[in-house]
Amino acid sequence: MAMKIGNEKFKDNVNKQMEDTFMRGAVAGAQERLRTRRLDAAEELGNWEEWRSHGEEIRQHTLDHLDYYLQELSENLQKRGGHVFFAATAEEANDYVKSIVKEKRAKKILKAKSMVTEEIGLNSVLEQEGCDVIETDLGEYILQLDDHDPPSHIVTPALHKNKEQIKDVFTEKLDYKLTSKPEELALHAREKLRQEFLQADIGITGCNFAIAESGSVGLVTNEGNAGMVSDLPDTQICVMGMERIVPTFEEFEVLVGLLTRSAVGQKLTSYITALTGPRTAEEVDGPSEFHLVIVDNGRSGILGTEFQSVLQCIRCAACINVCPVYRHIGGHSYNSIYPGPIGAVLTPLLGGYDDFKELPYASTLCAACTDACPVKIPLHQLLHRHRQVIVEREGRAPISERMAMKAFGIGASSNPLYAAGSKMASSVMKPFTKDETISKGPGPLKAWTEIRDFPAPNKERFRDWFKQHEKENGKA
Amino acid sequence: MIQNRERFLANVASRLSRTEVLSERPSRNWNYRPQDKTLTDKTQDELVDILRDQCRLIHTELIETDSRGLPEVLAETVDTYGGGPLAIWQDPRYEAFGLREQLEMWPKQGVDVHEWDPSIGHDNIGIVEKANIGITFSDITLAESGTVVLFSGEGKGRTVSLLPHKYIALIPKSTIVPRMTQAAQHISNQVQKGKAIASCINFITGPSNSADIEMNLVVGVHGPVKAAYIVIEDR
Repeated sequence: MAMKIGNEKFKDNVNKQMEDTFMRGAVAGAQERLRTRRLDAAEELGNWEEWRSHGEEIRQHTLDHLDYYLQELSENLQKRGGHVFFAATAEEANDYVKSIVKEKRAKKILKAKSMVTEEIGLNSVLEQEGCDVIETDLGEYILQLDDHDPPSHIVTPALHKNKEQIKDVFTEKLDYKLTSKPEELALHAREKLRQEFLQADIGITGCNFAIAESGSVGLVTNEGNAGMVSDLPDTQICVMGMERIVPTFEEFEVLVGLLTRSAVGQKLTSYITALTGPRTAEEVDGPSEFHLVIVDNGRSGILGTEFQSVLQCIRCAACINVCPVYRHIGGHSYNSIYPGPIGAVLTPLLGGYDDFKELPYASTLCAACTDACPVKIPLHQLLHRHRQVIVEREGRAPISERMAMKAFGIGASSNPLYAAGSKMASSVMKPFTKDETISKGPGPLKAWTEIRDFPAPNKERFRDWFKQHEKENGKA
Repeated sequence: MIQNRERFLANVASRLSRTEVLSERPSRNWNYRPQDKTLTDKTQDELVDILRDQCRLIHTELIETDSRGLPEVLAETVDTYGGGPLAIWQDPRYEAFGLREQLEMWPKQGVDVHEWDPSIGHDNIGIVEKANIGITFSDITLAESGTVVLFSGEGKGRTVSLLPHKYIALIPKSTIVPRMTQAAQHISNQVQKGKAIASCINFITGPSNSADIEMNLVVGVHGPVKAAYIVIEDR
């Protein structure tokens, strides 16, 4: 699996997902809880707007000087004995990881949740090499067991599944015999995974923020799985999107606080770890070999453009948790591992308009995402900008929109046509009209009236009313 | 070793409208610094109050004592957590805080104590994995979030706080600072002075947990299932 998670059309996905009532209930409930927790955490901290502004200026500064900070990061990590590989493409990144796996003759590989490794499709590459790749984040583990069901949320990837479904997966794949109580399910996963941790050859993690001044990689988890993955195997590989970096520990702290509050409403999550190279000569645990893979994979193409601010993203999912469209259609509809508003902006930039041109339209432009973003990415404006680019630069407006605009253009530019059209509107729509509303519209109106009524065209045109009005007042 | 850097960074620089990679450290003139006024006016006692309140939210028991009372309080906590085997760091602070006697007493009572021993290498991990309780000192403690900060080192194995079934952190009161800001400044200062920072810095906030199943909080996933903090009056 890479960034794109299926070959279905956006509309078909949406229609299918809208039928999934459990998913829709789960998403609505989760959004509610996550949103409330974020708001509570922000209020408790106080000066939230000031914190957001600071987060924004840190991210903007780092992106504007990204070449300097990546250089500094790699120099400092090298000084601590780490290896750094710069990968321009997903293929380069995967090939490098593969070469380490071959060199170590590794069989068992443990992973902590990482969106960028999903994006480059690392797991399937390693599985083709004959490796046993095990996801250790509980949510990811569930999805992996369930025949690689794709994630539907970037923080809680198994959000769309209920505990009964999870129990069934465990029963089928792990010979699980207990109930669907979350505690029992989690304990079972703990026991299964503990054995894997102790036998793994290589640990692979993502990177929440790298710290340039020291060459460190910062990881944020609640379960402690990233600690297991980075402490126990002898070789560690971190894969990071090239923009996930901060200048010093001081900015690291600010962004971690914004991330944990915005993602789950916690002041800090249970485990935040800053790793700096391999273990030292005196140390016993931790990896003896440390690799950092810095991935571009389309990001540099966003840098320096009108969409640069999307790279400020710290992957907290606050925008996803407030989006009314995501609430209805769920994560899988977006056909990308990056769903919701951030996904609708980022996915077309990384994956192109050919596959993802519908996504910027999956928004009401209500701006709830922009208000929620802890680093002030103007998400709804970027969505709007995408639409402008799709229509003006790419000439790919949706067919129905193009036809409607064309028809309106013809009709509105000729006086007799406009007069005839507006006179006819009421009688043409009459068969569909009941009590001044249209509930089952024809043609292009169908999509609208499937879920709500459309007001019937007024029987009296404004122009006629105006003429009459003037006459009555004795001015005509 | 660094591979492919030149081509990669040249591309990034050109995207940022530069002809070559920026080699001078950019100055960071922030317009906002909310961290400078967050909890910075609190006294040490007020910080303990904040820590105590926060511990309730993170499913962590907080016990307060002084050096004299520590051995007894620790022994009691170990008992409530079901006794040994115990895993501890090789760290002079256990002795400095008057725990030597207690550490020697436990084995006589049938409670195994494993002190991290660099000379036996990887075998430490197997022993620690079987421990019921890991006990370490906190190097820096963050009141706001209820976090203990642990710097790894020769006698300070990273797995002692992670692999055992339960975890107890010993917190000298003097290690308590308002929030992560102060810990970050301390670490950043070390870096600027050219000192090597620990290869692994862990910020641990209570027991491990997950909300991945229907958003229900499950306490205790991969790491410890229970955690207790013992705050020690040390001045």
